[in-house]
Amino acid sequence: MLEFSQHCPVLMTITLLVGAALTPIVSRFRKKLSFLWAMFISLLSFFFCSCATWRLYSEGPISYWLSGWEPPYGIEVRFDYVSTITFLMTGLGVLIIFYSRKYIEHEINEDKFSLYYTLVLLLLCGMVGFSVTGDMFNLYVFLEILSLSGYALIAITEEKLNAMASFKYLVMGAISSLSILAGIALLYNVTGTLNMADMALRLQQFPPILTSYVALVLFVVGFSVKAAMFPVHIWLPDAHALAPSPVSALLSGLVIKVGIVGMIRILYTVYRLGGNINFIPVTNFMGWLAAITILIGAFFAFFQDDIKMIFAYSSISNIGYIVMGISLVSFTQPEKGYLGMVGGLIHIFNHAIIKSTLFLCAGALIYKTGFRKLSDLRGMGKKMPITCGALTIASISIAGIPPTSGFICKWYIILGAIEFGKWYFAAALLIGTLLVFAYYIKIVNAIFFREPNEPITKVDEAPMSMLIPIVLLAIGCLVLGVFAYLPLAVIRPAAATILGLPSTYIPGG
Amino acid sequence: MSPAEILNKLTVNFNYVVAMTLFIIGLYTIISKPNLIKKFMGLNIMETSVFLFVVSSGAVMGGKAPIVGEGVSPGTVFVNPIPQALILTGIVVAMSTTALALALIIKLYEQCGTLNADKLKEIK
Repeated sequence: MLEFSQHCPVLMTITLLVGAALTPIVSRFRKKLSFLWAMFISLLSFFFCSCATWRLYSEGPISYWLSGWEPPYGIEVRFDYVSTITFLMTGLGVLIIFYSRKYIEHEINEDKFSLYYTLVLLLLCGMVGFSVTGDMFNLYVFLEILSLSGYALIAITEEKLNAMASFKYLVMGAISSLSILAGIALLYNVTGTLNMADMALRLQQFPPILTSYVALVLFVVGFSVKAAMFPVHIWLPDAHALAPSPVSALLSGLVIKVGIVGMIRILYTVYRLGGNINFIPVTNFMGWLAAITILIGAFFAFFQDDIKMIFAYSSISNIGYIVMGISLVSFTQPEKGYLGMVGGLIHIFNHAIIKSTLFLCAGALIYKTGFRKLSDLRGMGKKMPITCGALTIASISIAGIPPTSGFICKWYIILGAIEFGKWYFAAALLIGTLLVFAYYIKIVNAIFFREPNEPITKVDEAPMSMLIPIVLLAIGCLVLGVFAYLPLAVIRPAAATILGLPSTYIPGG
Repeated sequence: MSPAEILNKLTVNFNYVVAMTLFIIGLYTIISKPNLIKKFMGLNIMETSVFLFVVSSGAVMGGKAPIVGEGVSPGTVFVNPIPQALILTGIVVAMSTTALALALIIKLYEQCGTLNADKLKEIK
């Protein structure tokens, strides 16, 4: 078992890649087979990921050398505490593929089903590969795999505006990928290596030069576009709102988190805290941008009527929380940044689950009624009680009301902000939370307490294959809030190792 | 630095100067041109500039192809092959981006009948 689990980080990436390539061939035999095949591949990958995670928490990080070439000469695959996000990626991937079976009949032509599953598997492959690789250039390649399949998934429906939204995303995404590639090239010129751990070592040995700072700025700009931070968030609302709902759940739940994982990798794995290069001015700047992102996202969400547009703007706001959490660090005292880091990392997990629930519920409502405006969806609570109940649970979670999962992350981030004496960050976060609360109350009010419109009076509950993922995710929102020690136990070693502390670190202990 | 020194640095590193100039031309095209195909050509110019930057950074004056075999004396200077290998992958990525973007542009033109970004904004 131990011998086998060592290969899992590679196996889960390869499975998805090969599975994606074989999907069109499989669907040649029978049309219906492509769904079963995608389900099988994603479950297999989830199994490999569970094995790797199990090994991580029993034995420590896994370092796998591709074809046995020793790093820094060969390519290293590294499954460390940050890579536990792959557990979430593959798990959500299984649920979302299961949900897609019925839903895509509603939005996508039948001859494109196999292409849809191919792209979803490729997207998952890109995200998983991005999170487990220890090599800078592989980082870029996986980033491009996931971005390209993301652009294509947005444009897969026949709607009029989707191609435009996808093109906007493509141009901004391509510029950000180029900026990341230029950063990698500059760092390669400085250090002469592409392995992340080796690069970090060599950056400490040489005196800091301007090139390293320029590369850092290029990386932060590039990953900010991918994560949809404030000045470069403009591609997100259209792209996430117009995509088919399961794709929106993937994009909003996971793909924008990839930008955050990239930032963590670059800032805290390559340019370490307490090392040669002081990047605190950059993280301070990111903190300010995050505060603005929170307010802008929440503010614009307030004025939307389209239910998916509300969720898309709320994603921008939540990215602000996460970036604020991970940017609250001190260069010389790593312990000080612990609380904010824990908050930011937990919010990556919780927001992925909550936002997927919201988008899948919105998808179920759209599937049954054909409406996406809040004013048309009034009174749906009586017609589709389970979907609307899950929607309510997720809304309460994202507003951060205890005992749901959204509370704990905001609590930690506020504690982290106070630790640094940045009360204005805490204030921005609270104002953002109030706005979030206001517009989610608006949704809950509309679907439960308003009289339904004429045309939707004879709508019934969504089909089983859509309800199961929704209910599971809604239960997840509650469980991760009530038993908050479960995610905390997973996140604590991750936060500690990111800050360069021992993985068993407990504050004050 | 005196002007002569700056000029000297610019001529020695002229490949970087060319890469930067191309990058800025590409960015300017993306921002200023309303036509989507022209915007995309700007993006391709930017991609080329980054590729040029990476490949030229691995070059050595008088360097040979890094193949060890008969007739290669021990003191031979080789060029760095890694940037070339990276950029081969980069070109493949750029090609797939181009293919996808052109497909999107065709779809947009069929649906909306125009490729002007300003006019497309008004169609909602």
